[in-house]
Amino acid sequence: MPAAFHISTGSNTPIYQQITEQVRLAVTTGRLQVGDQLPSVRALAEELVVNPNTVARAYGELMREGLLESRAGRGVFITPKRKIYSRAEGWRRLESLLHALIGEAMILDFTPEELREAFEDKLSQWKHSKGGDHDHK
Amino acid sequence: MIINEDSVIQTCGLTKYFGTKPAVYELNLDVPRGCVFAFLGRNGSGKTTTIRMLMGLLPPTRGGGTILGRDIRALTPEIRSRIGYLTEEHQLYGWMTVRESGEFQSRFFPKWNDKIFRGVVGHFGLKPTAKVKDLSRGERAGLCLALTLAPEPELLMLDDPGLGLDPVARRTLVESMIYLTRKSDRTIFFSSHNLSDVERVADYLAVFDRSILRACCPLENFRDSIRQMRLRFVGPPPALPPIPGLLQAIRTDNELRVTCVQNAGEMEKTLRSLAPLEIEPVPLSLEDAFISYLGERGEKTFILSELEAQA
Repeated sequence: MPAAFHISTGSNTPIYQQITEQVRLAVTTGRLQVGDQLPSVRALAEELVVNPNTVARAYGELMREGLLESRAGRGVFITPKRKIYSRAEGWRRLESLLHALIGEAMILDFTPEELREAFEDKLSQWKHSKGGDHDHK
Repeated sequence: MIINEDSVIQTCGLTKYFGTKPAVYELNLDVPRGCVFAFLGRNGSGKTTTIRMLMGLLPPTRGGGTILGRDIRALTPEIRSRIGYLTEEHQLYGWMTVRESGEFQSRFFPKWNDKIFRGVVGHFGLKPTAKVKDLSRGERAGLCLALTLAPEPELLMLDDPGLGLDPVARRTLVESMIYLTRKSDRTIFFSSHNLSDVERVADYLAVFDRSILRACCPLENFRDSIRQMRLRFVGPPPALPPIPGLLQAIRTDNELRVTCVQNAGEMEKTLRSLAPLEIEPVPLSLEDAFISYLGERGEKTFILSELEAQA
């Protein structure tokens, strides 16, 4: 299986949402590629020890977003469509991640210069590792 | 009362008094077929009494109900054999082995699937030749579960199955429950205090509070309808206007944390009228939602400066 999911109970995020978020993340980071197959609802439910309806709900949501498709009799696959969020929603999510990142860095006593440098470093690593495979079809 | 074919349990005004005290009051419950239904509530809120009435073991004071379509006051052995009932005080004999317990139990059921019995026993790591009296609490629970599941009941009534189990045994129990949902027409009704287990397995939940049913809905609806907002002010927060569905308001020096049961948009509109500097929703875990729903209601003050002054 190309991606392992982890769920935790007692979280502020409902389990079905933890699953959808992890699939989206795996797709954006390239850990899950177009055409990759996901475990069946039943298999994932038994693996994560959660109610199958919870997995079905997560898959259903991802299908409505066009990230997953169900091929009759064969299973659930990642579809070619890449765009998951609207631009506005994307910004909203980025904003909160930046907020957390900068806040944490300040607590750890990093200077803005160090942070900027680290950010640039990471960014160039990503560019290299992902190469030119980011073609939107 | 209209009997709904898609319900396995229905009650109408089900009430039980012990002396002058109601243990269960005017309970209207509807458990859809094929779901995993969690029955929640604090100790002594009436859960076991309800289950005993549903199983026909305790006559209601008034009201009534059906289980698998039959009146709970007139359950036949045939209906009972289609229900797997697991109680805390399940009858086990210490001098029997695990295997003998299964053989003994199987004689009471027309249908007995020994593969299931051996499967569950094995899942809990029990040796068939082990004596019941030598089993740990978790192992006994595993044996009881195996005895309950082997007749392949279409309805499982589990009264606090996780009680006293260690984390490993509890996880095994939850795995067995999920395994059971493979047959889509099978219903699991269980009472529990463990919200982590509930979050994993339940589709529906019912919340019982001091003999009264306070919520009965899909688990996600319960979660979605309990909202918390954090408001920040320049100085001390102003007095709270009347808010429908208010569960709790906690005030500190310049913050107000409000928890309500209502639609988020409506709640935000009311709270905005207080003109806070900042207002943000606080996501709640299932446990937080449950505790604010059943905990003490009303407004609480928690002034940090007073605590600091005392220190």
